[in-house]
Amino acid sequence: MTDALTRALAQRDWLLADGATGTNLFNMGLQSGDAPEFWNENEPDKIRALYRGAVDAGSDLFLTNSFGANASRLKLHDAGHRAYELSKLAAELGREIADASGREVIVAGSVGPTGEIMGAAGSLSHERAVEMFEETANGLKDGGADVLWVETISAPEEYMAAAEAFANAGMPWCGTMSFDTAGRTMMGMTSADMVKMVEGLPNPPIGFGANCGVGASDLLRTVLGFVAQGTERPIIAKGNAGIPKYHEGHIHYDGTPALMAEYALMARNSGARIIGGCCGTMPDHLSAMRAALETHEPGPRPTLEQITEALGGFSSESDGTDGEGPTRERKNKRRRTS
Amino acid sequence: MSDEEDDIILSELDDEELVQQMFDDLYDGLKDEIMEAVNILLERGWAPYRVLTEALVGGMTIVGNDFRDGILFVPEVLLAANAMKGGMSILKPLLAETGAPRMGSMVIGTVKGDIHDIGKNLVAMMMEGAGFEVVDLGINNAVDAYLGAMAEHKPDILGMSALLTTTMPYMKVVIDTMKEQGIRDDYIVLVGGAPLNEEFGKAIGADAYCRDAAVAVETAKKFIARKHNQMAAG
Repeated sequence: MTDALTRALAQRDWLLADGATGTNLFNMGLQSGDAPEFWNENEPDKIRALYRGAVDAGSDLFLTNSFGANASRLKLHDAGHRAYELSKLAAELGREIADASGREVIVAGSVGPTGEIMGAAGSLSHERAVEMFEETANGLKDGGADVLWVETISAPEEYMAAAEAFANAGMPWCGTMSFDTAGRTMMGMTSADMVKMVEGLPNPPIGFGANCGVGASDLLRTVLGFVAQGTERPIIAKGNAGIPKYHEGHIHYDGTPALMAEYALMARNSGARIIGGCCGTMPDHLSAMRAALETHEPGPRPTLEQITEALGGFSSESDGTDGEGPTRERKNKRRRTS
Repeated sequence: MSDEEDDIILSELDDEELVQQMFDDLYDGLKDEIMEAVNILLERGWAPYRVLTEALVGGMTIVGNDFRDGILFVPEVLLAANAMKGGMSILKPLLAETGAPRMGSMVIGTVKGDIHDIGKNLVAMMMEGAGFEVVDLGINNAVDAYLGAMAEHKPDILGMSALLTTTMPYMKVVIDTMKEQGIRDDYIVLVGGAPLNEEFGKAIGADAYCRDAAVAVETAKKFIARKHNQMAAG
């Protein structure tokens, strides 16, 4: 039996994902520094309202309120042992809202980064990372998520650990990385390298792509970078609604619904099939994105110039895929003797 | 090509070559080699402060510039900083003994609810590398932790970091509390983290937003110099 997302992708050319979780919850009174995952238990109606906001605005899938529901992140709030149960609650509430929607809406179990560093420069082992992700994955699965969805990842090691955990949990999945540093992830991965990594996995995701990052323009450049690798795998684009601004005690993103509608059309023309927003993307933005995608025919793939004309400039000249990024000449790189 | 394959014997290099080699070894994150080279320079009679500024800070400046320019990324910088830390572990006690000049001091920490300390660690290490004394409060700091550390250490600079949009507003809570207690202007407040920008820094009342660790060091130096000028003028 295929999963709900694969079925939906077989029937439709594009799917609308959801928008922001944090920004929406702040507007409902979440205090800075508090763990949003506790609301799955203490304020379930607000989480229902969050999910319903996306569904009512026309999202075909939404992510659960479980971004920080891993042992490493919850430990901060003395809840390191509750990753499974808080993830399960997040998915159960999602299932309830999706099933009550009267149409096919996919519940995607959000899995965020651990916040720890893996690889040569870090302290988190592969085994421990897989173990933590698996705990969250099992909670989401048992709560009724259709697919798992790892997001905002910077390190390839962490993406691969999540993939392994999802295989252990026996769940289909998607996974996006955040390209926020000179067009690459914080750990230096380019869009081209991500495609190679994804296609080399023993259990590749249904869809992969980019979320969060800097702005809509950068995100679309990343999507074009994926497409240039010739991948047939569905591409996900979840960009922020502009840039965060601080206004009277609240974070406000400056991207308008009209801008996000333009971004959605350009994302589709660039080659993305699952299109949504990230930070700052509210139901109003999603409605405008849905309306634009439904009323416009797909167009030709935009050039980088057309992207910057419509959505603003890039944060860096190169994204590391064009061979034109800055480099340093090294004279005598020392051979490691050990 | 055979030159590249040959192992370099650090003790056979003259001072200038050795410092150049240290720049390279810092760049490549070779901790053992850095520690060996620091010891060689000390044995040759270099003052600890000179080793710090000319070799380690010099090398980390290159790393910082390439990080800023998108040539190096976090994993490479962490390894470089780790190598520098190895060198610093030798120099630190000697610097204290010899009463070497200090650039200034900083209390730094990631705000409440935020576990991310990659950027904060980079700033702390680069600041140390630039000769600042750094008190690192770690992650998940409530306002009381910042206030307590400022009262105890009397730093020139308070640094706050956040990686999440859900935690960055907490910086304002800290700054507002400092204002209430009338101590805001006693400190240079620098903020940083991926979701922040200059406008946000201004809106919450920080002195400056620092885009990355290299910018943090430059900004800190600028503010310290300004502070000294003001004191001299006053």
